[in-house]
Amino acid sequence: MDTHAATSSGPKQADQIPADLLANIDEAVTHYPVSKRSASLPLLHLWQNHFGFIDASGVNWIASRLDLEPINILELVTFYPWFRQEAPGKTIIRVCRTLSCALAGSYDVREKFCKAAGIDPSVSGHHHGPPVSPDGKYSVEFVECLASCGSAPVVLVNNDLHEDVTEADIPNILNQYAS
Amino acid sequence: MKSLLLPPHPKERRVVFQNAWTQGYTPDIDCYVKHGGYAELKKALGMKPEEIIDEVKKSNLRGRGGAGFPCGVKWGFIRHDDGKPHYITCNGDESEPGTFKDRYILHNDPHQLIEGMAIAAYALNVHLAYIYIRCEFPKAAGIVAKAIEEAVAKGFLGKNIMGSGFDIEMYVHQGAGAYICGEETSLIESLEGKRPYPRIKPPYFPAVLGLYMSPTIVNNVETFCHVKQIFKIGSDEYAKMGTPGDGGTRVMCVSGDVVRPGPYEIPAGGVTLGELINDVCGGMKPGRKLKAIIPGGSSSKILRAGETFKMKVKGPDGEMVDKEVPLLDLVMDAANLAAAGTMIGSGGVIVMDDSRDMLWALNNLNQFYAHESCGQCTPCREGVLWIEKMTTRMVNGEGILQDPAILKNVADNIAGRTVCAFGEAASWPVQSFLEKFPEEFAVKSH
Amino acid sequence: MSATATTAEPKVETSVPMINVQVDGEWKQFPKGTRLIEACMKAGSYVPHYCYHPALSSPGNCRMCLIEMGTPKMGPDRKPELGEDGRPLINWSPKPAICCALEVSEGIGVRTNSPLVEECRKGVMEFLLINHPLDCPICDKAGECRLQEFSVEYGHDASRFEDNKVKKPKHVDIGERIVLDDERCILCSRCIRFMKEVAKDDVLGFVDRGSHTSLTVHPGKRLDSNYSLNTVDICPVGALTSKDFRFKMRVWFLKETKTIDTNCGTGCNILIGSRENKIHRITPRENEAVNAYWMPDSHRLNYTYNHREDRLKAPLVKGSSVRWKDAITAAGDGIKAQAGSQTAIIASGRMTNEELFLARRLAKTLVTDLIDIRPRAQKGDGFLVSDDANPNTRGARLLGATGATPGSRLPEIAAGIAGGSVTSLIVLGENPLHCGLTETDLSKLSSLVVIDILPNGATKFATVVLPGSASAEKRGSMVNVNGRLQRLNRALSAPGEARDDWETLSDLIKALGGEGASSLEDLFKQMASETSALAGLNFGKIGDLGIDLKS
Repeated sequence: MDTHAATSSGPKQADQIPADLLANIDEAVTHYPVSKRSASLPLLHLWQNHFGFIDASGVNWIASRLDLEPINILELVTFYPWFRQEAPGKTIIRVCRTLSCALAGSYDVREKFCKAAGIDPSVSGHHHGPPVSPDGKYSVEFVECLASCGSAPVVLVNNDLHEDVTEADIPNILNQYAS
Repeated sequence: MKSLLLPPHPKERRVVFQNAWTQGYTPDIDCYVKHGGYAELKKALGMKPEEIIDEVKKSNLRGRGGAGFPCGVKWGFIRHDDGKPHYITCNGDESEPGTFKDRYILHNDPHQLIEGMAIAAYALNVHLAYIYIRCEFPKAAGIVAKAIEEAVAKGFLGKNIMGSGFDIEMYVHQGAGAYICGEETSLIESLEGKRPYPRIKPPYFPAVLGLYMSPTIVNNVETFCHVKQIFKIGSDEYAKMGTPGDGGTRVMCVSGDVVRPGPYEIPAGGVTLGELINDVCGGMKPGRKLKAIIPGGSSSKILRAGETFKMKVKGPDGEMVDKEVPLLDLVMDAANLAAAGTMIGSGGVIVMDDSRDMLWALNNLNQFYAHESCGQCTPCREGVLWIEKMTTRMVNGEGILQDPAILKNVADNIAGRTVCAFGEAASWPVQSFLEKFPEEFAVKSH
Repeated sequence: MSATATTAEPKVETSVPMINVQVDGEWKQFPKGTRLIEACMKAGSYVPHYCYHPALSSPGNCRMCLIEMGTPKMGPDRKPELGEDGRPLINWSPKPAICCALEVSEGIGVRTNSPLVEECRKGVMEFLLINHPLDCPICDKAGECRLQEFSVEYGHDASRFEDNKVKKPKHVDIGERIVLDDERCILCSRCIRFMKEVAKDDVLGFVDRGSHTSLTVHPGKRLDSNYSLNTVDICPVGALTSKDFRFKMRVWFLKETKTIDTNCGTGCNILIGSRENKIHRITPRENEAVNAYWMPDSHRLNYTYNHREDRLKAPLVKGSSVRWKDAITAAGDGIKAQAGSQTAIIASGRMTNEELFLARRLAKTLVTDLIDIRPRAQKGDGFLVSDDANPNTRGARLLGATGATPGSRLPEIAAGIAGGSVTSLIVLGENPLHCGLTETDLSKLSSLVVIDILPNGATKFATVVLPGSASAEKRGSMVNVNGRLQRLNRALSAPGEARDDWETLSDLIKALGGEGASSLEDLFKQMASETSALAGLNFGKIGDLGIDLKS
């Protein structure tokens, strides 16, 4: 993530597209020679990877880049939980919630992560976007099966998968991403 | 993954996993080629497409994504010269709870997948292929994209591959957190940039009206890797590793309350459930007893410790005889698990011990399905959330007497009546938990 | 555009291969390409459904049309095995199937009334209602809501749902003319598909997922297409309601009259919903040959003029209210005082054929050929708003009230009045000030007879004003831009002493020594006998859907 300064009330993302993002977007569109619309998800990923989330201007910009109606993009942003319409924490902690991880204690792991990050664990992120720590450093959320059930419980921190996570590992993991 | 770091268990036979965790093996193309990579693609390019499909048919390879459809038969639906563009798509949206094998292949041996897909592309007259990878494998997407670039640079993909005159374009496409995209028509809609609502079948069978309304084959990551291995081992030899009708090896993913959980590649039908849990996985955790097994991913029907199954097995003289088979003697292949009323599915075995509360476990799965229902069709959209609300209430001690009966009836009203198999996937756990552990639900409702 | 305005004769049935299908135990034949759900309904087995609409794609999402289906049992020779009746034996599938997306195929069987089918329908009904607000008493759709209709047969008498309903947005203002209630929405996607596939304005969509999925219009966009109200018509529940109709009238009090729209040359088939002589709403009526299932918002909402306070309600002679008989006499005397050739007639492309026929006869009786209509060319929308805002230019031409170029004689009439060669004018439903005449011209006339429904800038110059009927108030026929002869029916009675225009014209002709008509049917008969394109037709033969005239 390059910038987290932007919030949904800040300047429009579509007014601050850097050249490299534009180049990546152009490249991604070439991967779909049959239908540009197929580039919807790749563009949303590129956008979110750069801005941290997708604001309304992003939805409109992507729709227009792909000759679609904005609703066609909004339908996707709201369907897929990976996409966000609000700024997340600088470090995104995704704790696997599903059965094998739950058997191995993932509910405790999430709660401990929340407490360590200063987040109220009673706030679930399931339908309202994940809670963010007051300092903006972390967001902690439950996600469904991360497909690493054999090393449960697992936690995806940004792009890194942490396996067999115990309560004792939590301070170390948070420190790793503190800087 | 610890189990892969250990030497193979005697019951294991690592075929698609042969390099995934070998010390010193790297995901780059040089390492792959050094280990004989792309030799099978070269071999395939010397064959006629229909010969390739015949080989896959003879191998008895079944899809490893969950539905277990014979791979060669599926490929046979494509008419090579129908004048339409054809597509293949690799389903790397692995997200069936209890299943965890794709990441090891994608991270450690991506060229094996690419080679398998290139063989398939040639056999099916496909010039454009996508690898759909779930976004929760963010690194895998980068690794595979890099591997594709390497393969293009070396002439295994791109224009005129290996001098054959055949072109293949291949790209990675990342998902965005939706279990439903593992359903092949949903995956296709997602790849088309639409809300990933599964299509109605008929008429939208992918082999007829798939990606961009053209004939399309969608196969799982493991399945494409097996394709490459079939050409390495030979279809006859490959088929012989498994059972009739279920050829080759399968990655069995064991998780839950066993000593050594992990992915184990085992010839189809090569172990019983008991051997898998007690030998391969080192048994239950100390001091614990087996209570329940979900044998083929979270959607498969749960089995209860101590139960037995009446089924036909081959007698000493070769004829079929009736036999009562105890749970732990169940042979792990498609046919035997089907006979036991469940399925081998995606190969995800979730083991639970006697400390586990079945209502709690079912509620965990119900929460998963309620979160993942796409909402397109009525029974699933309304029914699955209803089920989840009921079991959550029961877990919270607010169950009422009628709850178990209503739960069962609601699940019955979903299964078989939805656009896609998600309806069954969400209902089978409810139906089977209630059937196998009625006492645990009766106690919680008053 | 899916509304096919074709003038081609329907294909002869025998050219389409017929397919044998067993519906509820009886073998029936259907033309190839028939959708299975339509086949079932044609066979008399109604299949309840929500998401299916014959003019839209089939998503198969509501699951209400699940039926049992079977395919012919194949023998070892790969040929169907036949039963004792010589018909194929059927292999019934244990799983129910939806019948909205499939076409009929040879030898299949369908059961629409089995216990399994009933169970499926009951299951879907229960699912649709658990999160539904059940606010029928305040819902505009009540009385014509599919949820209500199917609940009668497949609903449960009590709810088993003990938990909290999903909350969703209510009273959402999504467009100029439409309000959305997401809690009532059953997510059938008919409106989304209509806007995308028919109206070509893709502004509606679903956001979120699972049970939380909601219909929405994109933020910053509006559902303001001139076809938006069709989404209200096809919404099977009360999720989309018309602001114009909202809370105005319970639908079961409405008298529905089958007639046609007169706002343009398309002649959309419509239903006028009225109560106590007041129109409460207009909705499109299915006619594949004209408007399919749709109509423009601009047309359906143009009805308030019928109820204007200033409607002409009594005949006037020089501004004073008189009896009809005296008014006709005064009009006749005024016209007779001038030479026939000094009289001109401005007729209207909004008049019915019967009225135009009489206008032409009036001209003949007076031996004048100065008759024309006011042209109303406009930029249509390429769909149901025609390039001609007159609903009956074709009829006017056919009956000789205008020529190849409508309005081309109007300058001649204006010049005649200005030059003094025309001293008498009869104006039928038009404002002469919009037909090239000036107030100065009008003030010169010795006789100005007007038949109209509303006063206009020329009315004060009239020697005689005869109050007429609006299109919702009369019977008659019109010919649309594609040559389809269609029927108007009376939904309202005309206000005050206003009369049917044909009666007035007939009386006026009689006062001038010509032949009148005793009834509309009689009038049509006279018209058909004198008009080759209408030969052999009578008013009844036109039917509710109209007929294409041979060109």
